[in-house]
Amino acid sequence: MLRRLILAAAAVLAFAAAPAFAETEAEHPENYPFSFEGVFGTYDRASVQRGFAVYSQVCAACHALEHMSYRNLGELPDGPFLAYRVTNEETGAQEITLTPHGHHGKPVDPNDNPYVRSIAEAATISAIDRETGQPTDRPGRPSDRFRSPFPNESAARLANGGALPPDLSVIVNARHGGADYIRSLLLGYGEPPAGVEVVEGKYYNRYFPGGWIAMAPPLVVEGQASYSDETVATIDQMATDVAHFLEWAADPKMAHRKSMGFSVMIFLLLLAGLTYTSYRLVWRNEKH
Amino acid sequence: MSGPSTYVPQTGFTRWLDARLPIVRLAHDSFVAYPTPRNLNYWYTFGAILSMMLVVQIITGVVLAMHYVASTGVHTGGYSSIAFASVQRIDRDVPYGWLIQNIHSVGASMFFIAVYVHMFRGLYYGSYKAPREVLWILGCLIYLLMVATAFLGYTLPWGQMSFWGATVITNLLGAVPVVGESIKNWLMGGFSIDNPTLNRFFSLHYLLPFVIAGVTVLHVWALHVTGQNNPAGVPVKSAEDTVPFTPYATMKDAFAVVLFMLMFAAFVFFLPDALGHTDNYIPANPLVTPAHIVPEWYLLPFYAILRAIDFNVGPIDSKLGGVILMFAAIAVLFVLPWLDTSSVRSMRYRPIARICFVIFVVVSIALGWAGAQNPSLVLNPVEYRADLNWAQGGALRVAEVQVSDPGQMDAAIEASTKELTDAGASYTYVARESGTRATVSGLVGGEMQTQTVSAHSTDELEEAVATAKQGVGAPIVEVARHTPFEFTVTRLAQLLTAYYFAFFLIILPLLGLRETPGRVPDTIAKAVLSRQPKTAGAEA
Repeated sequence: MLRRLILAAAAVLAFAAAPAFAETEAEHPENYPFSFEGVFGTYDRASVQRGFAVYSQVCAACHALEHMSYRNLGELPDGPFLAYRVTNEETGAQEITLTPHGHHGKPVDPNDNPYVRSIAEAATISAIDRETGQPTDRPGRPSDRFRSPFPNESAARLANGGALPPDLSVIVNARHGGADYIRSLLLGYGEPPAGVEVVEGKYYNRYFPGGWIAMAPPLVVEGQASYSDETVATIDQMATDVAHFLEWAADPKMAHRKSMGFSVMIFLLLLAGLTYTSYRLVWRNEKH
Repeated sequence: MSGPSTYVPQTGFTRWLDARLPIVRLAHDSFVAYPTPRNLNYWYTFGAILSMMLVVQIITGVVLAMHYVASTGVHTGGYSSIAFASVQRIDRDVPYGWLIQNIHSVGASMFFIAVYVHMFRGLYYGSYKAPREVLWILGCLIYLLMVATAFLGYTLPWGQMSFWGATVITNLLGAVPVVGESIKNWLMGGFSIDNPTLNRFFSLHYLLPFVIAGVTVLHVWALHVTGQNNPAGVPVKSAEDTVPFTPYATMKDAFAVVLFMLMFAAFVFFLPDALGHTDNYIPANPLVTPAHIVPEWYLLPFYAILRAIDFNVGPIDSKLGGVILMFAAIAVLFVLPWLDTSSVRSMRYRPIARICFVIFVVVSIALGWAGAQNPSLVLNPVEYRADLNWAQGGALRVAEVQVSDPGQMDAAIEASTKELTDAGASYTYVARESGTRATVSGLVGGEMQTQTVSAHSTDELEEAVATAKQGVGAPIVEVARHTPFEFTVTRLAQLLTAYYFAFFLIILPLLGLRETPGRVPDTIAKAVLSRQPKTAGAEA
């Protein structure tokens, strides 16, 4: 009887642990089949790259990535611009490429990574000139943090009608629904339902708690972000890609985590078998 | 219990050491030769699991403290605090920092899962009864220290829940009469939660685990003096009742520890954020209160008890009442050895107590559920109704009331209203324009009409009332709203809290005097050796 009760209690506990308070009128985010979901899920590298294009060409006008550096783009395991050094089989020359070519490519240090360097150099970083001690501007380096669009919170609020565009480094962790929520939010703008009072200076979004969001619809036309691959930058595609990118931004070590987790589970299962056998052997002549 | 030492030093060095510091003898007597009851089931392995968890938390915590920066200052180039950014740095840049941080944060939850099982086990098998009162009290003390440590640790990432959790809890202490405000300011290191608060919380969060480790040594010492309780609850009477700790208990504990680690690892590697709150990934902002402030899951039952008190009792207001009950819910555990009057330890042989215990477990879990809900959430289906009364036709009479002294206002309005009613007005309506001016309207004559509207929420009802009023078009409409019975989460929490305390303060003291226990076996060996193979293990 006790065992059954415990199972029931565990079920109740699982229910209680489910996100409390899902009572806002906002619509539940649409479940999109992202490739990183599940125990064995991985990031779709092309999508993260495209998502970075959307972030840097659209979102970065207002949203910072304050916990990230340019070098992260070229870091193991899943940096979208992680490059590999490979030997050209025809000429024998060393080449740096974004595709690993099987297992022959050697990962390039982000500091030597031409893709990461050019992304960093395109940014203007405010610094102190070492010689004169005066504020100066210089091109970015891979070691620099992502340049924030505003120097501080007050400036950000002033430029956005009092609202603070949240930092996006961990945004998928900071919202119920994660990447699904981000994607849905970007696609959820529209006319408010009849009878809903219009809030001045805000925009109706059916996925936003309360319905009215200070962010203007950020993705409005097809091709707003220019993609370097053949993918058509539809609004839906851009929203999906940037959600994918932000998931990577919040959890760049996912691949390490999952692969180590898999090994640890196998190890513990074997250890459990071993300890159980030892336990049975030790107790074989004792009643208990 | 331990009896005379059976340790015999084998080498010259151990003989030399044994004569000077018999530490090997201590370890041998405590963890090798120590006799354990042979009928211990898997519920008794949680002591070992908890020891492992304490070590895991201390080791990962020490490493995290090497990288964590306790500062609320704004981190360069961003909006979040240095503390928040340093946790991000641990996750992103410290080698295997993500692993250590996940183990530590998930580990806190695992620690509490284990401690709750351990405590419920102690309750069920009567492990708090003589001669183990001190052992039990030390355990309660460890639990209290764990709660404090977990709460302090949760503030360190300086997310929204960190900040607001700290605000709620320090405010609670402010509810203590006379000295509350001083204690609160002393604890916060100022007049609000700020950098001094974070610094002292970090300092205490580092200190308390070592206090826990110290009390744990006392807990194990007390355990080894009285010997372990066992599922039968009968004391060890002969060597036949026991087996040596090593290898018997050690191997069983090892297997259970590995099983527990499997669950632990599943969360660490595949669901690292499942037990936390998303709001703690939002940097702390003293100007924005989260929609719902909730503690971590393991403190939810006490949070529910705290919020269940929504009424004042004499001089004790609802806030102080909640605080008192919340602390009483833990304090009652300390005196439990003297509340339970039954001489039978194990609830295996107490049919009624056993049912009450199972209800108690369900109530505790339900309290946890209630703690996570919005307290005003209505649990029963409710229909809100309002009656609209008005008179069709008739003549409207209006009387102006003006007085020079606001104090005479009520009397003047009453007089004017009475005048209208005497003149045959069926409905009167008072509109106060200022402290000294009002208009009293009354409807004379006309036909009485009634309309009832209903809705499923108060907002919908007001909407329906407004619509109905417009449809009626009468100058004066009297609205009588009926408040139906609302069984809110707070009401549920009150019932559950009542059972929580009744279990300790009424059921256990009285039941021990009235209950007819089942047949308790004479010895552990008899209970174990006579058991039919078919029913063996049915209890575990």
